[in-house]
Amino acid sequence: MSFAQAIGDWHALAVLFVAGVVPNQIWRMLGLWFGGGIDEGSELLVWVRAVATAILAGVIAQIVVEPPGALASVPDALRYGAVAAGLVAFLLARRSIFAGVVTGEVFMLAGKWWLG
Amino acid sequence: MALPPLDSPQWNSRWLAFGWGLRSITQTILTIVLFVTYLGIGALAHDTHFSLAWALASTLFVWAGPAQIILITTLGSGATIIQSAIAVTVSAIRLFPMVVSVLPLMRTPTTKRRELIFAAHLTAVTLWVECHRFLPQVPRERRIAFVHGLGCGLVSVCLVANTVGYFLAANLTQTLGAAILLLTPLSFLFSTARNSREVADVVALVLGILLYPLAAKMNSGVDILVSGVAAGTIAYGVHWWRQVRA
Repeated sequence: MSFAQAIGDWHALAVLFVAGVVPNQIWRMLGLWFGGGIDEGSELLVWVRAVATAILAGVIAQIVVEPPGALASVPDALRYGAVAAGLVAFLLARRSIFAGVVTGEVFMLAGKWWLG
Repeated sequence: MALPPLDSPQWNSRWLAFGWGLRSITQTILTIVLFVTYLGIGALAHDTHFSLAWALASTLFVWAGPAQIILITTLGSGATIIQSAIAVTVSAIRLFPMVVSVLPLMRTPTTKRRELIFAAHLTAVTLWVECHRFLPQVPRERRIAFVHGLGCGLVSVCLVANTVGYFLAANLTQTLGAAILLLTPLSFLFSTARNSREVADVVALVLGILLYPLAAKMNSGVDILVSGVAAGTIAYGVHWWRQVRA
């Protein structure tokens, strides 16, 4: 990999700043400036947290439903099966993140190997 | 490793406190979860044709895993800058209540606001959880330095993970590359599920996943936003309804 390849183009870095850095730092700095006066349990913040969680859930679904790159080589049913298997392990192991991730991965790899 | 008692000379300087913060990353399973997540983000950046420097800059300056993934997947699937910025902005709102609740733990009556800027930047879900766990064991006047150490340690772990993930995605077979990309949705799904204590959180998570494929059929460019606001608002409705009935 050359130096220029490692940096990529400056346009992409500008996009990172506009669409990535600014939208996150705005909320952190608002929290720093106005944090004192807001009740952590207020109804508005309950709604905000629910929407933020649902957006994250949508991103999880997007990666599994419309997979990027190498993940697209895994058949649909196998991707969904891996997430479902991981979820079962997560719940059975009393909400262990580790159990869920490992089970999902093993299911996907075993399925790929079995399908050839 | 246990932190020294509150009156120990080990807390006498800022640098010592920074060092204790740095070492505390070895005391939490969340460090491994972060490593795995950022391994996936590195691989995702590679497979959606971003540069390694871009991936590392996003970790340093954005420092919010979900936002980074939203940014990479939306830009990678052809959304415009504005559409991505809107989705990221909405997802980042959750940082606001985190900063609001975590900074008072570090503040002393003489603390100036600018002394808290870096701590605010480091605030994301992992740091927020760990502050509530560690800070009661840290003398108040050393907490900012401790959080700086803890945050810098976590960022460093993630930068290493990004680099490893990026090169693994470039060099692994297709199957192992797919396995690394699958780490991201799995680790996010289960860490979010684990943090969901209220009914509203669980409803938001489940509905958010189920509504996305429907919203995607609209092909609006802001599908994530549509399903997120709809699912989140329904979840809030459930929360409201349960409160009214109680």
